[in-house]
Amino acid sequence: MGPIARLLAQRIALGLLLLFLVSILIFAGTQILPGDVAQSILGQSATPEALANLRAELGLNEPALSRYFDWLGGALTGDLGTALTSGQDIAGQLWTRMGNTLFLAFWAALVSVPLAIFLGLLAVRYRERWPDKLISAVTLASISVPEFLIGYVLMFFVGVQLGWAPSVSTIYDGMSLGAKLHAIALPVAVLTLVVLAHMMRMTRAAILNVMQSAYIETAELKGLSMFTIIRRHAFPNAIAPIVNVVMLNLAYLVVGVVVIEVVFTYPGMGQYLVDHVSKRDVPVVQACGLIFAAVYIGLNLVADIVSILSNPRLRHPK
Amino acid sequence: MSDYLDYLKKRAALGLVSRREFMGRTAALGLTAATAGTLLASAVQAAGPQKGGTIKVGIQGGASSDSLDPAVAANATASTVNRLWGEPLVELHPQGGLEGKVAESWESSPDAKIWRFKVRPGITFSNGKTVTAEDVLATMERHSGEDTKSGALGIMRGIAGMSVEGDTFIVELDAPNADLPYLLTDYHLMIQPNGGKDDPAAAIGTGPYVLQEVDMGVRFVASKRDDYWGDYGHAETIELIVINDDTARMAALQSGQVDMVNRVPPRTAGLVARAPNIEIKTTSGPGHYVFIMHCNTAPFDNKDLRLALKYAINREELVEKILFGYGSVGNDTPINSSYPLYTPLEQRTYDPDKAKFHFDKSGHDGPVLLRTSDNSFPSAPDAAALFQQSAAAAGITLDIKREPNDGYWSEVWNAQPFCTSYWGGRPTQDSMFSTAYLSTADWNDTRFFNDRFDELLFAARAELDEAKRTAMYAEMSMLVHDDGGLICPMFNDFVDGVTNRVAGWEDAKVGFELNNFYAPMKMWVAA
Repeated sequence: MGPIARLLAQRIALGLLLLFLVSILIFAGTQILPGDVAQSILGQSATPEALANLRAELGLNEPALSRYFDWLGGALTGDLGTALTSGQDIAGQLWTRMGNTLFLAFWAALVSVPLAIFLGLLAVRYRERWPDKLISAVTLASISVPEFLIGYVLMFFVGVQLGWAPSVSTIYDGMSLGAKLHAIALPVAVLTLVVLAHMMRMTRAAILNVMQSAYIETAELKGLSMFTIIRRHAFPNAIAPIVNVVMLNLAYLVVGVVVIEVVFTYPGMGQYLVDHVSKRDVPVVQACGLIFAAVYIGLNLVADIVSILSNPRLRHPK
Repeated sequence: MSDYLDYLKKRAALGLVSRREFMGRTAALGLTAATAGTLLASAVQAAGPQKGGTIKVGIQGGASSDSLDPAVAANATASTVNRLWGEPLVELHPQGGLEGKVAESWESSPDAKIWRFKVRPGITFSNGKTVTAEDVLATMERHSGEDTKSGALGIMRGIAGMSVEGDTFIVELDAPNADLPYLLTDYHLMIQPNGGKDDPAAAIGTGPYVLQEVDMGVRFVASKRDDYWGDYGHAETIELIVINDDTARMAALQSGQVDMVNRVPPRTAGLVARAPNIEIKTTSGPGHYVFIMHCNTAPFDNKDLRLALKYAINREELVEKILFGYGSVGNDTPINSSYPLYTPLEQRTYDPDKAKFHFDKSGHDGPVLLRTSDNSFPSAPDAAALFQQSAAAAGITLDIKREPNDGYWSEVWNAQPFCTSYWGGRPTQDSMFSTAYLSTADWNDTRFFNDRFDELLFAARAELDEAKRTAMYAEMSMLVHDDGGLICPMFNDFVDGVTNRVAGWEDAKVGFELNNFYAPMKMWVAA
């Protein structure tokens, strides 16, 4: 296990280093934006006095470097500071929003990952015949359309015309699980359509690749059914690339849903971020950026590790 | 005739006919205004506001970065939420004039320098505490202190002293101002216990509702207070859902997830109104979209160049194509008929020949740079492009520079010499002119320095004779119209949408969207 542990430690250390570099980028990036937070909070109705008062109160007159280290130190100890605009604790608000985003991502993943893998297997089983072509055509078409458009189309037909699901997905604490699931039906559907194709195509390609191998031919000659061959012999060997693409898409479900959250007014991290970007609420933007980066790096780390562990050649390096 | 009257009465009771419409139609039947008014009242009374139920409002403008502190309220959501739990001293009456909220009555000294506001006796805050004149004083202090960040600070300047005498709150002004009560209708100035000095965001006030659930930028739930003094607040519960995306807000209205929405995009208002259960309500207000030139910066320091640009814009076309008819033509003054002492001026129209004449006379050569952005007003870049076309017909080349939304209000507006912008308008001529056209105003965004104008502004403040004041305001409008840096092509209507699940909409002559943000508590669940 020695080499594996070392490999894992190395990966994790690299991940942390990457996160640190990202934190510098995030901080630097938010510093060079035009305008300042006091102006953005008060908007057009800002008088010079009100501006000066607000700037002093928000500590915007401190030098950037000392603000960076203050912030980093706070972030490492779980204190993300307070939002400049509302004066509320960021960590507290962010956990609720993060919870909502993960809730949506979880259900979207629960629908889309098994569906994608099943469709991928189905496409291999009926390779080059109509089910394969139909699956590919539909999923590729849905990934090619911008997600907000799919959102609006579903909102119009399913939400307004048919009235099957609400077009506004606002969820809150007092709701039952059933009510919440009903509320997020449309965004889950859209997200599923968006991530399906990528995972399905990768599953199909990876398994087809394995299917060329000699041991599959042997299994066929043994008289095993097509599905058993795929399930028992092909799938385990194709797992590394599939996990990779699944993780990428999970990361997308968490960090890439900004547009969907805004379209369906879902109170997740994406909308929280957008609100604060437009108000120049730098601490919140930084905190969100850091968390998004951590999720992205973390899930990629998991994908790396799983593909190492699932591949005997990587597991036992010479 | 009596059948038609019955029909009108029923529709009025259901809130399908506005008061104005009702009066107009009954007048056409030969009834006097007084009779018609009684009829209307009885009809609406007969059906009566229904108590109870929940009204859901889909509202644009909120963000998770908002605060409940009324001092920093800056959008439609905050304005609506604050009016649920709080009240100012006085409020605009929907049909013009003022009505008392926390103040029961008010009066001024003959020179309009000292104003006395008598606090409505026996009313309480939602925490049970009785409202006193000291609370009012503390509120005004919080908004006027040197270290305040209140958006109402500009209004509070010019107050020399404030004091309390029993149940009366007294304001002494540096200079006379006949419009002071209008200024105190400002939406930041919600009366709070001890002025909100202890906890500015506690949302405790004298309003008809108490906030139960608050999720900034997402959702607010408020329930009716039993001990509210006035007659607003028919629904037991009001739920505000922040839906900033236009399409999503319209879908929520169409699918019945919400009962009313603000800011229906003019582009789609016609389509939304096609649904049988939805009505589009428009309120003409003082809000206007503008192209502003700095009168002290070349080349706009030349009056002929300013006139050339004023003649080179096609106002009717902009109202039709940018507002889709939901608005009215502007006349290069910020004042329109929604102001109390309004005098119409001769309408300036698109005239390429005059534009060319003034442009040649100005001696300016080459293009004129206009800056615009998406958030300066809806479809501003499109409006700029139309302006470019109409100016080109007069031989004037407009170069359009599209600026980013971010930082537009700090880097471009009130900084660059020619750009697009908007004004929400103000309740009186005095406050509009003093906010943006007085030489010393912070937001003199046209850099308009006119001694005669300033002189008239101060004279009008002290003038209690309405006829004389009206004449003064007409002259001031004329000065801006002829000499100012303001190109005001259009006044935008507020466009709201309501479903037939709720009734009681009152068409207002003044105020902002959603019946000056009071629609959720003035309307009731009809079904």
